[in-house]
Amino acid sequence: MSALPRAHELGLIGCHICGLVCRDTQVEHAACPRCGAALHRRKPASCSRTWALLVAAFLLYIPANVLPIMRTVSLGDVDDNTILSGVVELWVKGSPDLAVIVFTASIVVPMMKFLVLSTLLLSVHRGTNWARTQRAKLYRLVEFIGYWSMLDVFVVSLLTALVQFGFFSQVEPLPGVVYFGLTVVLTMLASMSFDPRLIWDCKDEDD
Amino acid sequence: MNPSSSSIEHVQKALTPTLLICEHCDTVYRRRPLARGDVARCVRCHAVLERHQRIGLNAMFALVLTVMVVFVQANVWPIITLGFNGKQIHTTLWGIIEMMWREHSQVVAVLAAGTLFVFPLCKMLLLGWLLAYGRLGQRAPGFAPLMVVLHYIGPWTMSEVFVLGVLVSIVKAHLYFDVTPDAGVFAYAALALLITIFSGIDLRRLWDKIPEVGP
Repeated sequence: MSALPRAHELGLIGCHICGLVCRDTQVEHAACPRCGAALHRRKPASCSRTWALLVAAFLLYIPANVLPIMRTVSLGDVDDNTILSGVVELWVKGSPDLAVIVFTASIVVPMMKFLVLSTLLLSVHRGTNWARTQRAKLYRLVEFIGYWSMLDVFVVSLLTALVQFGFFSQVEPLPGVVYFGLTVVLTMLASMSFDPRLIWDCKDEDD
Repeated sequence: MNPSSSSIEHVQKALTPTLLICEHCDTVYRRRPLARGDVARCVRCHAVLERHQRIGLNAMFALVLTVMVVFVQANVWPIITLGFNGKQIHTTLWGIIEMMWREHSQVVAVLAAGTLFVFPLCKMLLLGWLLAYGRLGQRAPGFAPLMVVLHYIGPWTMSEVFVLGVLVSIVKAHLYFDVTPDAGVFAYAALALLITIFSGIDLRRLWDKIPEVGP
């Protein structure tokens, strides 16, 4: 245990912004001497913030999937696509590989974020020692891939700008895409406000 | 971010040059010099603590200048051209943002403008400013607050995702139309590459690399 001392055991505190190692003076509202940001041992109100953002993101994720994200008009034919039907279309009409990429970015990644973050939050609440290294890895994965979900939002925007031939064919964005964009932003904020240090904060005799 | 001057005095002098705290689990380490290609990992949580940085301040400055040139190209040239019955439509990034604004998706327009234009631009200009001084061994005016801003902007630049989006759009539109990628796409691809190189650089090291000149 003594081989791997943690900051609070040594009376130290690391600035979350610039990484400076400071002595923890136990003063409220201490500021980092280097970058001026507020110093705190853990991200403030990490769990409640993450829960709030995660729940909000999940609520928006429902209309994002149920409502269509894009309308294609071609020769008077109106075709509304949801995220999932867009993936199916891509799969059927010629490029399954891209369909897999889009499916991963817009369905797998957000779902994984919901699952992983809520698992992390629950396990932190229970203060369990279970699979800590793996949980830490999962968190880093979620942080790393999170923003790729924006893919579908960009695709809809690009197609909207490209295809505008009036009656012959036109692409319009539908409300689903707005909800989806907001979901991605909220999940990103949620994973940023979670503090991975909490995973290691329970008592660790068997370290 | 409220540097109340009274509390700053309570915090003892910095210990950074010798110590290092894992951002992910708060384990304290003594910093060791890294050889080329070395990556220091946390023993407890396996997160990366530090990488050896091959790129010096001058090279970083050169990279930022390159990114600026490519960024201008990516925004000036059309990205995709679509042809239908002899009619052609060119799209640029701002064309896309304007279109989404007009099509009642203002939220999306703002998101795209932020993540593909405003934040990347800010990041570039800030880094350029900090490095232009830094390579001369000086801290630029406003160094500390700008470094904090840079830290917050970091995760909100999404040009790489946009490149993939262009690819998917080309394939989707190709089902019905004649689509040709334009110069803008290549500029974006180059941009994505440069961003990948940059992502290996820990910008926090600038705090140590550009030391404060004592008053």
